[in-house]
Amino acid sequence: MNTTPAVICRNLRKRYLTRGQPPVDALVGLDLIAEAGECLGLLGPNGAGKTTTIEILEGLLEPTSGDVEVLGMRWGVDDGALRQRIGISLQETRLADKLTVAETLKLFRSFYRYGSEPAEVLEVVSLTEKCNARLDTLSGGQKQRLAVACALVGEPELLFLDEPTTGLDPQSRRDVWDIIRRHRQRGRTTLLTTHYMDEAERLCDRVAVVDRGKVIAVGSPSELIHRIGGEHVIDFALKNSHVPAPGVELFADLPTVRDCRTDADGFRLTVGAPHECIPALVERLGAHRLELTRLTTRHVSLEDVFVSLTGRQLTAEELADKAP
Amino acid sequence: MKHYSPNWELFLCRMRMFYREPEAIFWTYGFPVLLTIGLGVAFRTKPPDRVPVAIQDAPALSDIRRTLEGDQNFRVLVGSVGQCETWIRKGEADLAVLEGETLEYHFDPTGPEATVARLTVDQAIQRAAGRTDTVGVKDIPVTAPGTRYIDFVIPGLLGMNLMGGGLWGIGFVTVDMRIRKLLKRLVATPMRKRDFFLSLIGSRMAFTVPEMLLLLVTGWLLFGVVIEGSLVSIGVVAGVGALSFAGQGLFLASRARKIETISGLMNAVMLPMWIFSGIFFSSKRFPEILQPFIQALPLTQLNNALREVITDGASLTSQWLPLLILTAYGVVSFVLALRWFRWT
Repeated sequence: MNTTPAVICRNLRKRYLTRGQPPVDALVGLDLIAEAGECLGLLGPNGAGKTTTIEILEGLLEPTSGDVEVLGMRWGVDDGALRQRIGISLQETRLADKLTVAETLKLFRSFYRYGSEPAEVLEVVSLTEKCNARLDTLSGGQKQRLAVACALVGEPELLFLDEPTTGLDPQSRRDVWDIIRRHRQRGRTTLLTTHYMDEAERLCDRVAVVDRGKVIAVGSPSELIHRIGGEHVIDFALKNSHVPAPGVELFADLPTVRDCRTDADGFRLTVGAPHECIPALVERLGAHRLELTRLTTRHVSLEDVFVSLTGRQLTAEELADKAP
Repeated sequence: MKHYSPNWELFLCRMRMFYREPEAIFWTYGFPVLLTIGLGVAFRTKPPDRVPVAIQDAPALSDIRRTLEGDQNFRVLVGSVGQCETWIRKGEADLAVLEGETLEYHFDPTGPEATVARLTVDQAIQRAAGRTDTVGVKDIPVTAPGTRYIDFVIPGLLGMNLMGGGLWGIGFVTVDMRIRKLLKRLVATPMRKRDFFLSLIGSRMAFTVPEMLLLLVTGWLLFGVVIEGSLVSIGVVAGVGALSFAGQGLFLASRARKIETISGLMNAVMLPMWIFSGIFFSSKRFPEILQPFIQALPLTQLNNALREVITDGASLTSQWLPLLILTAYGVVSFVLALRWFRWT
């Protein structure tokens, strides 16, 4: 296996200039390395700079400054060779409605010197039965699988997927994940963007958390989870008859607590050992005559990592924005 | 491994996208044919209308009445003075012949029909009364094919169609692909840009052939439009015209990101040509001062060349100037389009 990284970018900056408006800095010094053969996820909220980053790596956007190397080559020098070796699925491309699945895939196949037979790729993305269907008759999930098929038909060493499952139903999402896993099993590299925590957690070998134009943490999902200290989360809420409500500092010194913050209607403690922390918590509440209305415990998720790194949550609105 | 030709695949896809769109088929092929048929029927050649003449029912006028009724140039209405005046007022007769101290002609001297009626009626009456013409003349009617309105309008419609097809067929389609981000997706593959443009223009040329034949055959079958020039010459002129407008379509579409933008641009470009370029009537009807502008429009040049070749059987070499102007439009706009073309 090749040991040079598939993607290296250093100190990537991108400033968008719109006449009559202040410039927008989409990327402010982003560093990223994707190792050959891994599936790397760029995770972050809308406007974090994920799409800007991936489009610069795909050679579709020029960075304002910074250094980009893809498969050991550079955009502007080796474009022809690079395009032959990467596969791309953009965020929301509407392919030609009047063409059939097979015709579309054959068109994309014709651009590559080497590649798979369109029929084989259709098999991989489970669209064989639909091969003679026109695109305007396909469901969202089928269209997305076809988009991924168009990215795969040139047998790319490196696959770029920008939000491959946004707006899909759960089953369609799993179908797309399977396709990506198969690509990875063949020793090929995948770089994808997502704002779904579960997608990053289940699919990616490593995750780069992107926020406000730079990478704020990189690691495997479990590394990132370990990094915030505890492995468990205790969520609880109090009866609000007692005013004023206590501050988080009331719980900071409880045994094994690594982090504590207020949540929507209560508190969230990140702890190392719930069996030590919970009895102490109950005792503390009793001493202050505070009454519990809810208490749950769970394992730390990537979402908690995100919250702990950025101090905010990926809100429902942010997710809803993306729905087509 | 099978060999795939990107040029051929792009061309095929373009063709499929076109012929699977029923509206596009109608506007490209159906509409011009319907327009031809409509105009051909409306302006068909027919024998000249008889001049409607009213005459007072009076014994003194009975000789004159017989003269007029015996002349097939006139349709004679006979009635009282009151009736005659009503017919004139309502336009049912162009002229009324009434009894007075002398013979009276009642008519509206500002209307061309009435003036003609005045002259022809008077001539018939005077001749019947014994006047002789002193200068010998002979009328020679000219209504041979090639001079009728339909003969004039078919090359114009062909030119209009080549303009519309080139501008819409390339411009609209390109902007639509840009909006769909299909252009961006294509440029993200190793596709050669040259192949993409060639396929756009190649498919446009392929659509031109049936377009041209359909109009010419409709004119020939239904209205006996005579095609004097060779099909090869017509094909070359139409082909150069189609290429020229394809280049202009690509130019207009090179940066537009909205359907509204491209529609506006297209209409702004096409409207003057619809009016000035001699589709439905000769562009010579406009004042001399406008002629340099009118002659500089590509459609004027295309229509002139098509008319010369189709109706007069002119040779290709005689049409070098319009062909050169069209080529210049095509090449300049194509080069600018390539330079400014926006894929995203």
